[in-house]
Amino acid sequence: MKFDQPAGTNPIDQLKVVGRPTSRIDGPLKTTGTAPYAYERHDVVPNQAYGYIVGAAVAKGRIRRMDTSAAKAAPGVVTVVTTLDFPKPLPLGMQNIAHLFGGADVAHYHQAIAVVVADTFEQARAAAALIRTDYDRVPGRFDLAREAPNAPLEGGSSGEGSAAPAIDRIGDFAKAFAAAPVKVDRTYTTPDESHMMMEPFATIASWDGDKVTLWTSNQMIAWSKGSLAKILSIPPENVRLDSPYIGGGFGGKLFVRADAVCAALAARAARRPVKIAMQRPLMANNSTHRPATIQHVRLGATKDGRLTAIAHSSTSGNLPEGKPETAVSQTKLFYAAPNRETYMKLAVLDLPEGNAMRAPGEAPGLMVLEMAMDELAEALDMDPVELRAINDTQVDPEKPGTPFSERHYVECLRTGAGRFGWSRRNPKPAQVREGRWLIGMGMAGGFRGNILTKSAARIRLERNGRLTVETDMTDIGTGTYTILAQTAAEMMGVPLSQVDVKLGDSDFPKSAGSGGQWGANNATAGLYAACMKLREAVAQQLGFNSADVAFADGKVSAGGRSAALAEAARAGPLTAEDGFDPTDMGERWQQATFAAHFVEVAVDSFTGETRIRRMLAACDAGRILNPKAARSQVIGAMTMGVGAALMEELAVDTRFGFFVNHDLASYEVPVHADIPHQEVIFLDFPDDKSSPMKAKGVGELGLCGVGAAIANAIYNATGVRVRDYPITLDKHLEKLPQVA
Amino acid sequence: MKSFTYERATSPAQAAAIVARTPGAKFLGGGTNLLDLMKLEIETPTHLVDVQDLKLDRIEKTREGGLRIGALVTNTALSADERVRRDYGVLARAIQAGASGQLRNKATTAGNLLQRTRCPYFYDPNMPCNKRKPGSGCSAIGGYSRQLAVVGSSDKCIATYPGDMAQAMRVLDAAVETVKADGTTRAIPIADFHRLPGDRPEIDNVLERGELITGIALPKPLGGQHFYQKVRDRASYAFALVSVAAVIQKDGSGRVSFGGVAHKPWRVAAADAALPQGAQAVAQRAFAEARPTEDNRFKIPLATRALASVIAQAKAPRA
Amino acid sequence: MVSGSAEFEISRRGVLACSGAAVALTAVPAEAQGPTAAAAPATLPVTLTVNGTRHDLTLDTRTTLLDTLREHLHLTGTKKGCDHGQCGACTVIVNGERINSCLSLAVQHQGDKVTTIEGLGTPDKLHPMQAAFVKHDGFQCGYCTPGQICSAVSVLDEIRRGIPSHVQADLTEKPGFTNIEMRERMSGNICRCGAYSNILDAMSDVAGERA
Repeated sequence: MKFDQPAGTNPIDQLKVVGRPTSRIDGPLKTTGTAPYAYERHDVVPNQAYGYIVGAAVAKGRIRRMDTSAAKAAPGVVTVVTTLDFPKPLPLGMQNIAHLFGGADVAHYHQAIAVVVADTFEQARAAAALIRTDYDRVPGRFDLAREAPNAPLEGGSSGEGSAAPAIDRIGDFAKAFAAAPVKVDRTYTTPDESHMMMEPFATIASWDGDKVTLWTSNQMIAWSKGSLAKILSIPPENVRLDSPYIGGGFGGKLFVRADAVCAALAARAARRPVKIAMQRPLMANNSTHRPATIQHVRLGATKDGRLTAIAHSSTSGNLPEGKPETAVSQTKLFYAAPNRETYMKLAVLDLPEGNAMRAPGEAPGLMVLEMAMDELAEALDMDPVELRAINDTQVDPEKPGTPFSERHYVECLRTGAGRFGWSRRNPKPAQVREGRWLIGMGMAGGFRGNILTKSAARIRLERNGRLTVETDMTDIGTGTYTILAQTAAEMMGVPLSQVDVKLGDSDFPKSAGSGGQWGANNATAGLYAACMKLREAVAQQLGFNSADVAFADGKVSAGGRSAALAEAARAGPLTAEDGFDPTDMGERWQQATFAAHFVEVAVDSFTGETRIRRMLAACDAGRILNPKAARSQVIGAMTMGVGAALMEELAVDTRFGFFVNHDLASYEVPVHADIPHQEVIFLDFPDDKSSPMKAKGVGELGLCGVGAAIANAIYNATGVRVRDYPITLDKHLEKLPQVA
Repeated sequence: MKSFTYERATSPAQAAAIVARTPGAKFLGGGTNLLDLMKLEIETPTHLVDVQDLKLDRIEKTREGGLRIGALVTNTALSADERVRRDYGVLARAIQAGASGQLRNKATTAGNLLQRTRCPYFYDPNMPCNKRKPGSGCSAIGGYSRQLAVVGSSDKCIATYPGDMAQAMRVLDAAVETVKADGTTRAIPIADFHRLPGDRPEIDNVLERGELITGIALPKPLGGQHFYQKVRDRASYAFALVSVAAVIQKDGSGRVSFGGVAHKPWRVAAADAALPQGAQAVAQRAFAEARPTEDNRFKIPLATRALASVIAQAKAPRA
Repeated sequence: MVSGSAEFEISRRGVLACSGAAVALTAVPAEAQGPTAAAAPATLPVTLTVNGTRHDLTLDTRTTLLDTLREHLHLTGTKKGCDHGQCGACTVIVNGERINSCLSLAVQHQGDKVTTIEGLGTPDKLHPMQAAFVKHDGFQCGYCTPGQICSAVSVLDEIRRGIPSHVQADLTEKPGFTNIEMRERMSGNICRCGAYSNILDAMSDVAGERA
């Protein structure tokens, strides 16, 4: 279905099922432990052996020799596959920068260099420790701060659509900034972060002749099917992936990882199915991470707060051929100003591969831009909400001919401020105390693009009148099962309980997949298209000629005649398959989602510890398909934002070249005690340029800006501005009031 | 994890004898730290002697008016004991500040004392570490040392003892009661139990091979107000950056031990004596010999401020 | 400051790190290289009662309770998130108390009664806590969920039994079913999707019905 003009009124607008807060249809399975994740598929194939991955012990170098004799002789060992079994690295999969396996060269710490297969997990793990490896270690570049001054300019993309030329200039920034009466000119840093999804990378691989099936945990089935075919040098039709339940991804499972490749190679060598779950201590260095940034922001404004000049640059690092963290992308679109300059620099670092993590670009970019806006508001003696509101734009500031499809940022600011009680904030920092606690409020804006992409689905009306939806779309906790069921129920006029949804199988029609907060809108739009086809087929089958056929209450009606929907499948199931093709709708309008985040913190005046007291987000993200699951997406993102603001940082050892705190004890993420009750407000602005669903993404929006809102609240509480994330207590401790 | 054989001991002396005579044998209590380390082959016992049946799970009064805590009393049970909550609040508080509910249900009193360091280089078998592999070097010195020791460290090791419970036991002047392979028993003052790393950082404490902890003796209650303030990067389920265990009397005198700063609970007599003069005076004495790294220099002002917080609470009128 | 030149440290350790895996291997204490080191894995019989059903198993001594449940009994509702006691996904209830099943050997549990998520309820007959998690959307990806629910059930029981916690103002008082009490006690269960606020709503719902 080509989508080439704004959606008119359509069956979704009935909002009988869509748009209602709906408990997840997969809830009873997930809460009883009966939803099967990748490593748990005991039923799919017999005789599964256990694989255990060995990671490189050096960050950069070459393997001179591997002695696997002890491992091979160990009890229960079936086979040992090493990277030296392959004369050169296996081909790169889509978006991979570092090779996942093969060859003697080591590109980063904990890169997979061997996989041991044994009858039991205990045997495989023990044997893996018996492999002796000698390396020629070579020096590497591991220190972003040291490499940054010489880093070249780099255009680029996060891999999710935001391409950029090397330097983006509008007007004359230098002149306008020099002339601006009020300015901010500051440098900020954000650290390397790890996805740390709860389910490790996990795969069961099984070969049948020259065909391989992988029960795996992957966000993007079609991408990964193609990547695996390429890596394994087999035709794509010989690869099947099945990924119905995914224990979190956050971008870490966008691309094929070492678990899948090692399982496939090991299963081929072992001549039996092999299952692998990557051990947690290997994950942070073996896989991808959100790269650290050094960002420079310069804002120039008139005395009444109108921005006249915006400059934002960001330097990040990556392996050779890697891409930059696109931390300046929101700055191109968020605020009006006639003079603008944005650019990125990219240093070569021999650390593990930097790649997408939830809201790549915008997450660290807004942590910085929105802190700078807070600094500007203070310099102007202006309310931070007002500063943002008066600098709103309804068109792309770089291409004034391109309007935003829908943009209700100002409503987010106003609604959020009202509900939060922002007017009670004392704008002067370090003024509010409750006993030992310094109290502060902060806010920040949120922005994240709405990406349109092709997505297909199949729907089948079964003989018994039930509907079956099939698509390779994934549910990574996002609520996909439920919104697809809601879409089918709405379109076909049946209760939600009449719909079965099957996801994540590469044999199903190719969908948008889960990434870049594009899944919900595009995947439901794809199913919408398939449902339109099924409606036609049903009408034809039941002998309705009218174009105005109603589907409601399990019945099909037109011209005073009515028939049960199930009647149409009496002779056999009716199947329809179609997809959503957004044509150039994403280019004709600038499409994005908006938020305003408000936070209240308490900082212990003695120890500097920060506690979040209240959080609120007001979101403008088109039609909200399932307010219950969407709210969960937003509060979850807000929680990740708490981590980014207060504690998350992969510590780089710049001598050995690796992330030192590579487990869940030493890489701290928020726990229950860190997170108070969270409030989310969804504004009701359906976007008819986004899709027939009129929906937009929300899963990343919830993260965008949260970190800055927390940072600004801490500043309001303490009067100490910390510009290096995360804001751990040591960074402001000695500037807090004297206590002893 | 290396393969190992397993047996259950039937008496403390028997357990001690087995471990003393069996190469590669270790005691297994709750296992929450040992199994963690065995999975990484940081610990590689070839025989485990499970002591869970030894009936060392009682808390009893001592003739001296104190309490004897069986080595196998779980963290949860110890911190929930009414006598501990009433008379040894610092101990209950310290335990509750550690780990998680699940871990406290399994972890034992003796095991908690024997927790090994959380230094990230100790935990990564690829990295040189004198504590894990004597003579291999210390990666933490010059590396990521934010969590590590500021005082009592050596050129061989800057690891910390990570536990909370022992900080409280240190201010309470507890004694660690043990039985050796030959059946003899001794009581080791908690002050002497944990070692400083010196030239032998691989040795955490003074226990001899096969020597089994049977219990902890607490002297009679100290009175005063009891505090355990733990400072960390997140609000729960994290190791301390710094912690302060303190018992403070009405006249401002008292005892204080600092956690997260050294290879053992850090209590200095001269610092105790300075308590009436305030946190700065205590910290000056407690950290006079400090050798922090750039990463963890903040721990000294943090410890000072955390103690100031405790003193302020002690002075505040009771609600 | 700890002394030592950074340059020197790097070159010295560079050499050491070259034999990375070998370091791990030779780290085995000399006395551990006993005659049984290369022999077949030690196994022992273990009897467990899981969700009311008795299981007589013969297991490698190294097998954790978690892997026993997942790989031997195929009760995969209990999850492996970190295998090191750092996440809580493996939480099960043993003899009435919640523990991390990843940091426990099966052989330590001879004769024990284990309740897993599968023993609390089924999709057709949810336990009240499971139903409350569905109602309040107290999960997203679902991977930490069984551990959260086993903990949540235990936490309400622990509060009822008067087990004290870190956030209690007065140690000698009985704890209440307050938001901060439940949050502190649930902190050993990490949810990276960030469903915490909803999990607390679910627990409050169940606690309220009980009170």
